[in-house]
Formats: sequence, structure tokens, C-alpha cells
Amino acid sequence: MGVGIEVVNLNAWYAANHTLQDINLNIPANHATALIGPSGCGKSTFVRCLNRMHETNPIARVTGTVRIGDLDIYNDAKPVEIRRRVGMVFQRPNPFPTMSIYDNVAAGLKLNGYSNRRVLDEIVERSLKDSALWDEVKDDLKKKSGASLSGGQQQRLCIARALAVDPEVLLMDEPASALDPVSTSKIEDLIFQLKSQYTIVIVTHNMQQAARVAEKTGFFLNGRMVEFDSTHKIFTNPSDKRTEDYITGRFG
Amino acid sequence: MRTGVDGLATSLAVLSTVLVVVPLVAIFAYLIYKGASSLNISFFTQIPKPEGELGGGMANAIVGSGVLLGLASLIGVPIGISGGIFLAEFGRGTKLANAVRFTADVLNGVPSIVMGIAVYALIVTPRMPFSALSGGVALGIMMIPTVTRTTEEMLLMVPHAVREAALALGVPNWRSVLSITVRTASPGIITGCMLAFARVAGETAPLIFTAFGNSNWSVALNQPISALPLEIYRYAISPYDDQHRQAWAAALVLVVLIVAAVSLVRFVTSRGTLKGAS
Repeated sequence: MGVGIEVVNLNAWYAANHTLQDINLNIPANHATALIGPSGCGKSTFVRCLNRMHETNPIARVTGTVRIGDLDIYNDAKPVEIRRRVGMVFQRPNPFPTMSIYDNVAAGLKLNGYSNRRVLDEIVERSLKDSALWDEVKDDLKKKSGASLSGGQQQRLCIARALAVDPEVLLMDEPASALDPVSTSKIEDLIFQLKSQYTIVIVTHNMQQAARVAEKTGFFLNGRMVEFDSTHKIFTNPSDKRTEDYITGRFG
Repeated sequence: MRTGVDGLATSLAVLSTVLVVVPLVAIFAYLIYKGASSLNISFFTQIPKPEGELGGGMANAIVGSGVLLGLASLIGVPIGISGGIFLAEFGRGTKLANAVRFTADVLNGVPSIVMGIAVYALIVTPRMPFSALSGGVALGIMMIPTVTRTTEEMLLMVPHAVREAALALGVPNWRSVLSITVRTASPGIITGCMLAFARVAGETAPLIFTAFGNSNWSVALNQPISALPLEIYRYAISPYDDQHRQAWAAALVLVVLIVAAVSLVRFVTSRGTLKGAS
């Protein structure tokens, strides 16, 4: 089951560039939360702070508190443990090119030393079913490479790979921006189904997408979070002038 | 005008292709012309006859080359790949990595005869005379820089997104490097190892002071051992026509064996490759 996320005074830097400034928000459990805003506003950096991927860049730095469930991720645990509990799907599908479809999904478990074949088989099947890819690949699981699939299939494979380690939170950084409309709508359907089991945070440039899949939406601008509210409120009656300007297309 | 330029570029490309292919084909054809007639069963089953006698073969040199190249690969491949992994993954940007990279490049440029003398000075002693082992060490050291640098290049070509995917799954960095990055780069790394192997397979100079050569059967690591390049060298400058013919045959066998070894490794490693893998 998903857990809530509490962010208190989060600041992040790339070298001297202060990309996130004093972010405070509560992301509800088992809902989809969308983050919108113009390019470079810090929303990708923000989600990368939620699974401690931000710090994999040697010039990056972060301060503040992030609680996932009751775990203070910057003080109570190692990055690798956090990343097993907080899955991530990237903008461009990035399956492991030399691995079969099966091994791609099982990678998170296998590489952490898990090797029970029967359990792995079950988890791979369940994850591929959860990511709506099972029917398309079940005959080629161990025959085809993850890289042989179409872009949309690859992205669903990446979602299956993230789900296989049974995370509590799923971060999606513009998961459909490199996909065609048909694949995009499949991913959106998927988010709709998955949010009953996982807490989902999705970064998107597509405001219709945010409106379709998310209960809550946050608007980021220049490294600050301008407004965070129910998606309906953000899109129909935003409190902040800058939010209104952005969603009505006056800039960005 | 545009079609003219296009035609010119195309013909230049075709010309270059021909210039690349012709020497290879010519060398191979000449080797077959000169060498094939001297190939017979005894060439592969017998050891050399005493000077001046007709017949005999190079069985000991063929096996000896195999032993030397096996030893060289045992030394050069693991050290070379480890060095490449260090340069690309763990030491990136450090002074030590820059020093290692510089050393590898210099080592690559060291003439092979110098390598032979160096190994002779370091390893060959009265208690440990000319030996297969010292020859293997000399060839192995020569393999290291090629393997290291190609491994590094191939690892750096693995997309950042693939590394991130592994890290985001909670895979520890060392595990991600070994199981994901190296695995993704493995076709290129294998090519690098094969290049290094093929290069040292034909080396003669480093063996003169180390493996030395042997007219008798020997596969003992602490004894002098025969090798095809050494026999080619010895026979080619001998006064006997029969030995000249055998030198041509040995050259042909050496080239065929190198091609066979490289093809075999490619075949074995490509069998595990999946449909659509890139």
C-alpha cells in the first residue's frame, strides 16, 4: 500500500544554482499528485529528491526533511533502501538493453540477491499484468530483449520493473512525453489503476494529463512551489495569479 | 552540380573501401599460394626435423602459441578489464585515473622488443631460465593497455539513463556497474579483448628473450617453449628451401588460427544475445 509523503523546508542545489527553494507540502497516500510548471522550474529536481536520486550527481546538494510514511529518508536510511521503497519511471524509456523482458522486470530483485525462481516468475507475471503489458509480451518473455519493444511498450516495461520491487511510492518524471497519443493514453489508464495501490507523483508538461489523472496538483515556478491544491481548484479557480497565467497559457 | 559532388563522394568511399580490402585479400591470397602446398598432416602432428632434413612439422609451435596466448589472456584480460572499469566507473576524474590512463597509453606505444627485454630483465634469471611463463607475461602485459582503453571507451558509451535505471531500483553502485553497465558494454569489451589477442598472437620480438623457442615437445611453463611467430622468423632466414616453404605454411596457419579464435569467441558470445538486443 502507498504511504503519504511529507516535505519540510526542502532546498536543493546544482553547484551554486539554487534549484529548489523552501518547498513544503504533503502528498496524500494512494492518490496521484501531478506537478506542473514550465521547463527548468525544479519539478524534476523535486521528484529526484524524493528517492535521493538528486545526490547521485556529484555537484548536487540537498537540505531539509522528507518523510515517506514515517521514515525520514535523509536521516534514517541509506539511499539504496529508499530507492527500493520509492520506484521511479523516467522521461525516456530506459530498459536494460542486453536483458530479456523477463530479466528487465526481475532486475531489481535479482540484483539485490533474490533468486527464488518460482517467486520471481510470479512477481514478473503480476508486475507485467499490473503494467498492462503481459498480454503483449507473455510469449517472448525470455526470448526478446527489452530494447526490441516499441517505445510505449518499453515505458510500460519500465513501470513493471519499478513495480516488481513492491514500492510504496511511484515517481514518474514526464513518463509519456516521449510517447505517441495511443501509448500516452495507455500510461494514463495505468496510472488510474495503480493509484489505488501506490502513492503516485507525476511530473508533466501536459496540463490535460494532470487534469485527467491527478487528484492533487502542485504548480512550480523558478524553484518555488507557488500553489498546491486539489486539481479541480488549480484548474478552475487558482488562488495565485501566476498559476492562472500559466494554466491559461499566458506564459511557459 | 549536387549530383556531381554526390558521385565524387560515393566514388571516394568506394575507392577507400577497395584500398582497405585489397591488401588484406592480397596478403591472404599470397599466403595461401605460398603456404598451402606445404601443409600436410605431418605439419600439424610432427615436431621440426633437425637442420637440413626434409619434412617435419610445427605441432609444438602451434601448441606452444596456444599455451603462450592462453597465459597472456589470463594475465591481460582480467587486469585490462579491471583497469578499464576503474577508469570509467570508479576513478573518473581522479588523479590516479589520469595517471593510469596515461600509463596505459604510453605502455601501448612501447615497442614490443623493449617489452621483451624488460620482461627478460625482470623475470628471466639463472634459476628461472627462458620459459613459457615469461613469454606469457610479456604478451599479457602487451594486451593490458588495449583491453583497458577499449573497456573504458565502451563503458563510457553506455547511456547515463541505463545507469540511472539501475540506481533507481535500489541496486548498490558496485552491483550496478558489474551487472548492468559492464554487461551492456560487453560486446564492445569482447571486441577489445579480441583485438589485443590478435595483435599479440603475431608478436615475435617479445618472445625472443622470454619464451625463446624450442625444437622439442614442451608445454612445461618453466621451460622454453616454441611459438609460430618464432618458428616463422627462424625458418624464413634459414638457408633451406624446405624451411622457407614451412615458414609460409606456418604464417598461413597462424593467420587462420587467429581468425578462427576470433570467430569462435564471437560465435559463442553472440549465441547468448537476445532478439532485438542492441
